[in-house]
Amino acid sequence: MTNEISPTSSRIPHVLEAWGLTCVRGEKQLFAGLNLRLSSGGCLHVRGENGVGKTSLLRLLTGLAKPDAGQVMWGNQNISKDPLGNHRDLLFLGHRDGLKEDLTALENLQMYAALDAVSLTQEKALAALWRFGLRGREHLPVNCLSAGQKRRVLMARMLTRQAALWILDEPFNALDVKAVHELKNLIAEQLLHGGLVVMTSHQEVSIPNMQVLDL
Amino acid sequence: MNALLTIIHRDLLLVMRRKSEVLTALFFFIVVTSLFPLGVGADAALLRKIAPGVIWVAALLSTLLGLQRMFASDYADGALEQLALAPQSMVLLVTGKIIAHWIVCGLPLVLLAPLIGIQFDLDASSLYVLMGTLLLGTPVLSLLGSIGAALTLGVRGSSVLMSLLILPLYIPVLIFGAGAVYANSVGLDISGHFSLLGALLILALAFVPWVSSAAVKIAIE
Repeated sequence: MTNEISPTSSRIPHVLEAWGLTCVRGEKQLFAGLNLRLSSGGCLHVRGENGVGKTSLLRLLTGLAKPDAGQVMWGNQNISKDPLGNHRDLLFLGHRDGLKEDLTALENLQMYAALDAVSLTQEKALAALWRFGLRGREHLPVNCLSAGQKRRVLMARMLTRQAALWILDEPFNALDVKAVHELKNLIAEQLLHGGLVVMTSHQEVSIPNMQVLDL
Repeated sequence: MNALLTIIHRDLLLVMRRKSEVLTALFFFIVVTSLFPLGVGADAALLRKIAPGVIWVAALLSTLLGLQRMFASDYADGALEQLALAPQSMVLLVTGKIIAHWIVCGLPLVLLAPLIGIQFDLDASSLYVLMGTLLLGTPVLSLLGSIGAALTLGVRGSSVLMSLLILPLYIPVLIFGAGAVYANSVGLDISGHFSLLGALLILALAFVPWVSSAAVKIAIE
């Protein structure tokens, strides 16, 4: 049953590019003239010490923050040109999970699906939650779940979101060994379906077709 | 349109799960307005005279209590970022949040007003006028308040700063809202007051959602 759901729905080739990105925080220049290019099926692992600007780079790529110089291109178009179209293809999971603590895991998934304009039946949502070991916990408020279980809810969201580009900030945090394995499979699946993944992690990650960017 | 309903539904559901925060604002309104008749004593003429002002000021302050919640909790848990990245117009989502705030913090005041008015010995026609002004005025309070709530996101001591920013903007609504009830009680024409309140509402509806969504975007950058 769970195998019927695939992370991305389309097979249109996508390209994410950054030209000459510069990011300044306060008085400190985090990076300058950064170029990158990632096309369908590619995964980019951003590495670097704490405070080197990994999260800042990811936020620039999502369009949440504006670069001090340079531009981010999605499908040969600057992302600020058509933000809504860009957002349709984008899933960003940051430090804070964005889950509403008072809603259940299932309600969170359905609420985000409605906001993201993705059609999601209750069966599909449940199947996604069950796939990540949340069977029996789908009707618990999220504040009753452990940190790792919350990340599992996010994995269910990644599965159901149908976005071509995933930008994940420390996705392996708080996950147990089994869940790390499941997340790697999920990312591999996304790449197989022609999706793109940009992520940061302090762990060694082995995913086929992975590029590494050291900041 | 679907997104607007989703966000209203979401915010109302969240309020239902955590009723205490909303009930606090509502009880504040009831308690403050009930203290005046007790404190002033049984001078019915005086109570009738101060009723519009007291009820309107209490409505302003209790709206202010609920405003803090409008964006702050979504900001803290990252949901606001997710909303900003949803393929929906941010203006629409912010409008939805404002409507949800009004349903929770404004509408109950309108419905409670007649009950509160009786404590001040207001006659039936004054009660109708009071409800009418609150019906037109409280949405303006929620709209204007959203600007303050959005501008003070992530600021320490934001609730005090927000009161300082927002309360001066509430003055026109207070003047025309309370003024209409008073004018009605002395037999003056009140259509002017209602027209001005309506104009304020239309003006706020036309501009505030854009201003607030811009302020939210600045806050999450």
